Amino acid sequence: MSVLVRIPTPLRRMTNGLDKVEMESSNLSELVEKLDTEYPGFKERLVDENGELRYFVNVYVNGEDVRFLKGLETSTDSGDEVSIVPAVAGG
Amino acid sequence: MSFISGLKCRECGREFPAEPLNVCDFCFGPLEVVYDYATISEVISHDRISSGPLSIWRYQDLLPASGEDPVDIMAGFTPLMKARNLGKRLGLNNLYIKNDSVNPSFSFKDRVVSVASTKAVEFGFDTLACASTGNLACSVAAHSARAGVRSYVFIPWDLETGKIVGAAVYGPTLVSVEGTYDEVNRLCSELADNYPWAFVNINMRPYYAEGSKTLGYEVAEQLDWRLPDHVVIPSASGAMFTKIWKGFNELACLGLLDGVEASSFGPDQNTVHHPAVTTRMHMAQAEGCSPIVSAWANGQAHVLPVRPNTIAKSLAIGNPADGIYAIRVLNESGGTATAVPEPEVVEGIKLLAETEGIFTETAGGVTVSALKSLAESGAIQPDELAVVYITGNGLKTLEAVDSVVNPLSIKPTMRSFEGALNERIGVGG
Repeated sequence: MSVLVRIPTPLRRMTNGLDKVEMESSNLSELVEKLDTEYPGFKERLVDENGELRYFVNVYVNGEDVRFLKGLETSTDSGDEVSIVPAVAGG
Repeated sequence: MSFISGLKCRECGREFPAEPLNVCDFCFGPLEVVYDYATISEVISHDRISSGPLSIWRYQDLLPASGEDPVDIMAGFTPLMKARNLGKRLGLNNLYIKNDSVNPSFSFKDRVVSVASTKAVEFGFDTLACASTGNLACSVAAHSARAGVRSYVFIPWDLETGKIVGAAVYGPTLVSVEGTYDEVNRLCSELADNYPWAFVNINMRPYYAEGSKTLGYEVAEQLDWRLPDHVVIPSASGAMFTKIWKGFNELACLGLLDGVEASSFGPDQNTVHHPAVTTRMHMAQAEGCSPIVSAWANGQAHVLPVRPNTIAKSLAIGNPADGIYAIRVLNESGGTATAVPEPEVVEGIKLLAETEGIFTETAGGVTVSALKSLAESGAIQPDELAVVYITGNGLKTLEAVDSVVNPLSIKPTMRSFEGALNERIGVGG
C-alpha cells in the first residue's frame, strides 16, 4: 500500500485530471519530490523559494494540519491520506 | 449590471475570468474581484445611492453582482446609533454603535450571503452551501429559501442551539460535523471540488467577501459621508476587517466622502490607501482564539494557526485565511489588535445590554470589551468619533449568559411579592 494524495482542482491540470494519486514515501518532503518527478512543476505550486509550504496551501496528513505536526518533515506511512487544500474565507 | 471585469490573484497578479473560482491555480493565492472604477465613477453619486433600496443593494455599483433581481431579504441599512450611555461609562463622548445584529437572519452575514447567492443564481447554480461557525449557516439557509434553491450547510457539532435552530428553520440540509470549524472548512473545500454547488465562502468567496464592504459604506453614509476616527471590529478570518477598510478607501477614491478629492486607485485595487482615510482600524478577538492578534503583537507578517478554545464560537477560526491582509490593514491604518480575556466576553455582552438595550452574541461581547480596553488605555480619546461594530444577535448565544437569569420567584399575592422584594433589595414591608 502507498500514500493516497488528494489533488485539489487547481492542481488537476498537472495530474492529467486525476483527483487522487498514490505514491510511496516516508515523509511529506519526499512525497512532494516524487510528485514533482511524476508531474513536473508540482513542487513549485506547493513550496516557495525558501523551501517552505506556501502560505495559502494547507496540507493535511490523515486530517491533521501539518503545521501542527512537523511541516514538510511530517512522516507518511503506507495507508496514510494526504489532502492539499487551499485556504478559504470565514464563516 | 455589475461593473466587474474579472478576477485577479492577490498574490501573483494572474488574471482570471469572472467565474466561480476562488484560488489562483498557480500560487494558491486568493482571487479578488477587479472593478471598472473608471465607469463606476461616471455613474455613482450620493443621489443615486440614496434613491436606491434600503438594503445593501443601494451600493450595487460597487458590488460584484447585478442588483436588478437580487436575492434580497433586505440585508443591511442597519441602525447607526449614538451610544450615550455606554459612551458615558467608558468616557467616550462621540461613540456610535453600528447595530448589525438586526439583519434578517440576525448577523452581518446576510450582507455577504445576499451578494454570494445573487451571484450564484446568476451563474446558474441550483444549490447553495457553506462551512459555518453558525451565523453563516443561518444566512445561507435563509437566502436559499428566498431564492428557491436547495442548501447544504455544514457546522461544527458543538454550536449553540440558537444558531442550529436559526439555520434549520429555513429548511436546509444541515450537516453537523464532528470537528472544529477549521476541520469543517477543510472538508467543504474538498467537497467543493466534487459537488456542483455554490459554496458561498469557497468557490464564491471573491464575490461573497465584497458584501462586507457595505458595512463601511453605510457607516460613512450615516455619518453624512464622513469616516470615523476609530472603528472596533470583531475578527475571525479577517475578511470583514479588510473589506471595511477597502470600502472606506473606495469611497475616498471615488470622491464620495465629504470634502475629499477623488483620486486614482493605482495599480492594485486591493491595497489602495487614499490619504484622506485616517480611520484607525481596531481588531477584537477572544483570547481563546486570537491568531491574528498574536501575529500582529509579535510583529509577524504571517499568522500561525491555533486550535480554538473560546466561548466566542462565531470567531473560532484557528486558521484565518485573510489574516495576513488584516495585519497589513492594522499596520497601515495605525490600528491595534486586542485579545479579550474569556471571562470579559460575557461582561461585554452585559455591558452593552445594560447601557444601550442591545443584546449581542459572544462576538459582540468581545468587541465591546475590546472597546472598553481601548478607551481605558487612551487609544481612543474622549472626543474622537468611534464606531463599534456589533455583528450578531444575542438570541443566538443564550447559553453564554444564562447566569443572568435570577428572577424573584413568588406566589401570586402582594405579601409574597413584598417579602421577596424585601429579601432581594431590602425595601417594602
